[in-house]
Amino acid sequence: MNATAFIKKYTMVIALVVVFIFFTILTGGKLILAQNISNLLLQNAYVLVMACSMLLCILTGGNVDLSVGSTLCLSAALSAKLMDLGQSPVVAIACSLLVAATIGIFNGYMIGYVHIPPFICTLAGMFLFRGLARVVLDSRTISFMNKDFLNIFTSYITIPGVDQKGNCPSALVVGIIVAIGITAATFVSHKSKKARGYAVGSVAGSLVKIGLIDVLVIAYAWKLMHYKGIPVMLVWILVVVLTFAFITSSTVFGRYFYAVGGNEKATKLSGIDPRKVYFWAYFLMSLLAGLSGLLVGARIGSVDGNMGNSYEMDAIASCFIGGASAYGGSGTVPGIMVGAILLGVINQGMSIYGLPDQWQYVVKGAVLLLAVVFDVVSNHKTGKS
Amino acid sequence: MSDYILEMKSIVKEYPGVKALNNVNFKVERGEIHALVGENGAGKSTLMKVLSGEIPHGQYTGQVVYNGQECKFANLKDSEKEGIVVIHQELALIPELTIAENMFLGNERRNGMGVINWNETYKQAQEAMQRVGLKETSSVLIKDIGTGKQQLVEIAKALSKNVKLLVLDEPTSSLNEEDSKMLLDMLLGFKKEGVTSIIITHKLNEVAYCADNITVLRDGSTIETIPNPEHNIDEERIIKGMVGRELTDRYPSREHNISDEVLFEVKDWTVYHPVYTEKCMDQNISFKVHAGEIIGFSGLQGAGRTELAKSLFGKSYGSRISGHEYIKGKEVFLKNERDAIEHGLAYATEDRKTDGLVLSDTIAWNTTMAKMEKVSSKWGIIDTAKEKRVAEDYAKAMKTKTPSVDQHVGNLSGGNQQKVLLSKWLFADPDILILDEPTRGIDVGAKYEIYGIMNDMVKEGKAVIMISSELPELLGMCDRIYVMNEGRMAGEFSAEEATQERIMSAILSNSNDTKEAQA
Repeated sequence: MNATAFIKKYTMVIALVVVFIFFTILTGGKLILAQNISNLLLQNAYVLVMACSMLLCILTGGNVDLSVGSTLCLSAALSAKLMDLGQSPVVAIACSLLVAATIGIFNGYMIGYVHIPPFICTLAGMFLFRGLARVVLDSRTISFMNKDFLNIFTSYITIPGVDQKGNCPSALVVGIIVAIGITAATFVSHKSKKARGYAVGSVAGSLVKIGLIDVLVIAYAWKLMHYKGIPVMLVWILVVVLTFAFITSSTVFGRYFYAVGGNEKATKLSGIDPRKVYFWAYFLMSLLAGLSGLLVGARIGSVDGNMGNSYEMDAIASCFIGGASAYGGSGTVPGIMVGAILLGVINQGMSIYGLPDQWQYVVKGAVLLLAVVFDVVSNHKTGKS
Repeated sequence: MSDYILEMKSIVKEYPGVKALNNVNFKVERGEIHALVGENGAGKSTLMKVLSGEIPHGQYTGQVVYNGQECKFANLKDSEKEGIVVIHQELALIPELTIAENMFLGNERRNGMGVINWNETYKQAQEAMQRVGLKETSSVLIKDIGTGKQQLVEIAKALSKNVKLLVLDEPTSSLNEEDSKMLLDMLLGFKKEGVTSIIITHKLNEVAYCADNITVLRDGSTIETIPNPEHNIDEERIIKGMVGRELTDRYPSREHNISDEVLFEVKDWTVYHPVYTEKCMDQNISFKVHAGEIIGFSGLQGAGRTELAKSLFGKSYGSRISGHEYIKGKEVFLKNERDAIEHGLAYATEDRKTDGLVLSDTIAWNTTMAKMEKVSSKWGIIDTAKEKRVAEDYAKAMKTKTPSVDQHVGNLSGGNQQKVLLSKWLFADPDILILDEPTRGIDVGAKYEIYGIMNDMVKEGKAVIMISSELPELLGMCDRIYVMNEGRMAGEFSAEEATQERIMSAILSNSNDTKEAQA
């Protein structure tokens, strides 16, 4: 791979590194304090989670779901209300997810089977579910008081006696184990491919890549160690992200989304029902919006009728910054994760630096535009024969 | 000393990693019809892009001399100003606008204030349409006229721009024989009016019929220019130049080994239009195909062949479908496309770009698309390494020209795309393969290879149903030919009985019957 191809392939990763270094210097190193590193992912948990399923919607042809911010609010409102009325966290969580799933079935059916344009259907949902959330809240703010509920989402995994605040070696140990695991898995798959006579990429290239990932994982664990340990929310995020990364890259089910977005008619003639594909995209989207509602609610500690306003836009922006095509058919989970983290770093960096709110919007908008312009222009030059 | 309207000298155009044009010299005499032929990827379209300014001056080397002056076109507008108009294979018309609006798009008739003068627009459109023999009113929407007529609108549009040099890229690839002939006769008419034409086509009989000179391109270089003053050149002579070898036989031979077993049979199949449900597309169609047999479906455009095939393939088309479908003697009721594939049916569509392939996906992904369970576990997890190898095997067997199966299908030439489409359907292990216009818009060499693949299929005891608008290929390949017209079966011929004349007359007499019946 020559330099241009390398830069092209890893543009956003390079951008992330540059932006990260930039804000580290700008904030005088505050960005890389253990607390800020730990908070970076937690604060953006909803973006990371919802971007995964937003990718599925976008894959089907550049379609987006505008209703997720409202669904998120409704889900959080329900849980808060139920626990406020004395229900157990289990019942509350189950109800929230059930309602989110129902919304997903509704959206999926409308878009997949009734052929309502996704933009319009989810725009209607945006008002509808926001309204319902306020009905549930009775236009008040409700706090999450239940300790068990908060623990499920916002506690830290620590070993009593070993770990204490500011020094949690368990986090570092887990980080090292994960790094070793990744390395081992790569070697095993490399070997099995070779044994079966399949083509394998260059060893040096994958070694460098794995090495970098290992270093990152351990560095991240090191930072977590110096704060409060491994946050439970990180586990939730990882479960969702890894599941979706696996679905999109390695399953038949995931392949359908790329196919429908690339050419719906051809997909149908190949025996794949596009209606089901749309259905699942919007179903999973709402379900993850429901989960995000719980994550955000637990983290903030309360719900009001404006919670989740414009969160859908963060998820959508992450996908496009992360290289998903605005016309559908292409985009990967690792890519959009880089997009989401890039957006998160910019947000956090600007907040720590103390840039006024109004200017933060300007910067965010510019970054989104820049990323998409870059994507379109570079594809235009090479993709056109 | 001839009078050349166009001379392209030593044109070189490089794309990253490939020399698309390598020192091409191309001369066109004023007032002639000049055919540009060559296999897919020979550089014909690229050369025309250089001419039209779509590849701007500076991105190629060499000289374009037009009317004795060197031209440095920066875009299409520049070349159009000089009277050079290129009509592409894919028509550039907007379906929701009227004929007149399309004709003057970007070139509107307007007054000094920039307001469109509609009376003038419609009047001028009507005049231009008369020149190409279009009888429609210019206020008809493009989507309401057929492909053949849309092509004519494109030409009328070119005429309205005061064209001096008309370039047609595959103008007849989606037309039936009748419409094609009409179009070529029109070009001959323009010639008399002094318009010079360059025509790119794969249909060699058309080349022989209308071209005064034929330039052959191969692998980005000019091979030769063959004069054709009597309009009777031997097609084999052109093919020799195109492929660099003599194709002794255009259709590969096979042992005819047709078993008595009827693999697929259809009885009284009737299909109505999906939207206008009172319009009958196919009426009481019955046919059968044996194991080891290739049958053909002939007919004009709109005869209902594609509609028949799609409706048989899991009700993929139409409404109010009735009739009986039998596979290996057992009646089947196919609910959807998946059901059809699982019963051993495959349908390779006539239009690989719109509904055949996912152009933004790789060759490997497209190859396995119709039967992914073959490369995945029962939990639906894809074995990507196996998938890649399978795709490589097919690419090799099909002689698909590509650096790797990770290449996006959109980057391949038409013939290679067709091979990927065939790979996809062969990978689905069908017993009955329906091929809709399998050789449309692809070159002679690739055609030959696709015929070979069809022969291999029937050798394995499968059945192939070929829908084609090219009579010679039906006659060359099929054991039996069904003729359809206006949604009805108009005749059936065995290979021995079938001739072009008989088939055409079957179509025509059936047309008359229908008209009489209606009257």
